[in-house]
Amino acid sequence: MTEPLRNPTDDERETALDAAIALHGLTADPAWREAILAHMKVIGGAARLVREFPLGDELDPAPVFRP
Amino acid sequence: MNTPADNLVTASAAEIAAAVSSGDVTARGVIDATLARIGDVNPTVNAFTDVLAARARAKANAIDGSRGKGQGPLAGVPFAVKNLIDVAGIPTRAGSKINRENPPPSRDAALVRRLEAAGAVLVGALNMGEYAYDFTGENVHDGPSRNPHAIDHMTGGSSGGSGAAVAAGLVPLALGSDTNGSIRVPSALCGVFGLKPTFGRLSRTGSFPFVSSLDHLGPLARSVGDLALAYDAMQGPDAEDPVASERDPEPVTPMLETGCRDLRIAVAGGYFARQAETEALEAVAMAAKALGARRTVEIPEAARARAAAYVITAAEGAALHLDRLRLRARDFDPAVRDRLIAGATIPALWVIQAQRFRRWFHGKMMALFEEVDVILAPATPCRAPRIGQVDFTLDGTAMPIRPNMGIFTQPISFIGLPVVAAPVWPDGGLPLGVQIIAAPWHEDRALRVARALEQAGIARAPVAALGESARQAGPVFAPRRDLAHSRRG
Repeated sequence: MTEPLRNPTDDERETALDAAIALHGLTADPAWREAILAHMKVIGGAARLVREFPLGDELDPAPVFRP
Repeated sequence: MNTPADNLVTASAAEIAAAVSSGDVTARGVIDATLARIGDVNPTVNAFTDVLAARARAKANAIDGSRGKGQGPLAGVPFAVKNLIDVAGIPTRAGSKINRENPPPSRDAALVRRLEAAGAVLVGALNMGEYAYDFTGENVHDGPSRNPHAIDHMTGGSSGGSGAAVAAGLVPLALGSDTNGSIRVPSALCGVFGLKPTFGRLSRTGSFPFVSSLDHLGPLARSVGDLALAYDAMQGPDAEDPVASERDPEPVTPMLETGCRDLRIAVAGGYFARQAETEALEAVAMAAKALGARRTVEIPEAARARAAAYVITAAEGAALHLDRLRLRARDFDPAVRDRLIAGATIPALWVIQAQRFRRWFHGKMMALFEEVDVILAPATPCRAPRIGQVDFTLDGTAMPIRPNMGIFTQPISFIGLPVVAAPVWPDGGLPLGVQIIAAPWHEDRALRVARALEQAGIARAPVAALGESARQAGPVFAPRRDLAHSRRG
């Protein structure tokens, strides 16, 4: 649980992007890829910050929903 | 006191309403003058995407016809709304090319209806960053809104047209939306007051969403009193909005002049002091000094809160737009499209973890609000960049402006805290904003502190002295134009 997380590699981001494009039926012009991958890197960094923080198992997610 | 008959450009919403109610001017006179001003100045600032002259004149005539029957606290006050807010009869473009092809809504958004029920008069819809995924105020389809205090500079986004319209004196009151800072950033850069209420306080019915778990609507104005008047007129439950609070309205206007000596006010340190330019911190220091606030507090894990909001935003935004990305990707603003496609790659567990962190952060902040009532923090790390500028350097690190102008606003809206953005002018340059942050459901405290800063002359929102190009575009209001419609003229 204390092992530091590593950032995905460029190749892993490329793979994830291709998978998402296929899964969601998206089209992404090759000219767009560099910018998309750059955004993925920033998002991944933000997610890593969150994932590295130890949270108790009792913490419920906090989206908003009232039945 | 300035009245509309003296100078409609600088008149506040309260002054206009008082003058209309007393019969010093007619609502029609106010609206005709407002429409003329928009026609003259809007080509310079590009705040409006839709001007609703016929509708506004008809509404003004109706107000004038109801004289003596209770015209409402905002009688005759012109206002405009960010173009993601529904206006019957015109497409809700949400800053996009795609959505303007949609059929127009058949009724106004809830907040438009509430403001008009209080006597205000809708005069148009306002420019914004595409789908609200923006902190610049630039828009590839409609052109950038321009900062009235320096027209080659950004307004900030995504409610850029709202900030520009109020700062340019086109309307005294505008509505915007704020998911991660989109009311507070343009308020700061354009030098106006903005209120992002507690999450769920104001109805979102009839507005185009961005990130449902973070979206807020709220007013921008040139005075704290006007913010409060508008906010009071818009409060109340709405069964059509699933996140709207069931709380009864809690009017703040009667409390504005009660001062803030009973409030424990502190300055946010750490994260909020590290990444800002000197002037942004100076603006906060000026506010703190005026308020006698000497304590510094650490907002716990603010960088992580911002990161979590960033992840949730990217994922929810992508989910909202997935079909449009699939079918119409080339019709997006490229800067928005590429971020949204990146968001479509996010694993679900990252989002769930971010939402679990949100719970943790909320708990810590509620504990902090046991110790203090109000926290001051910069609204933006710097003044308005130039239009077209892509990157800036914060704390020695170069980074893109579009996602990072909101580094100080994003951790606060993450848990829906109420905030007033107060415009401060630390020197002769462009304005900066100070966030006045309160505990949930305590908009009154943030507004009372903002009012104290306004009274002390620290926070102010003057109508921009538009440059030569704007003056050539048209004169400021002449009193005679308005008096021609005066009931007593």
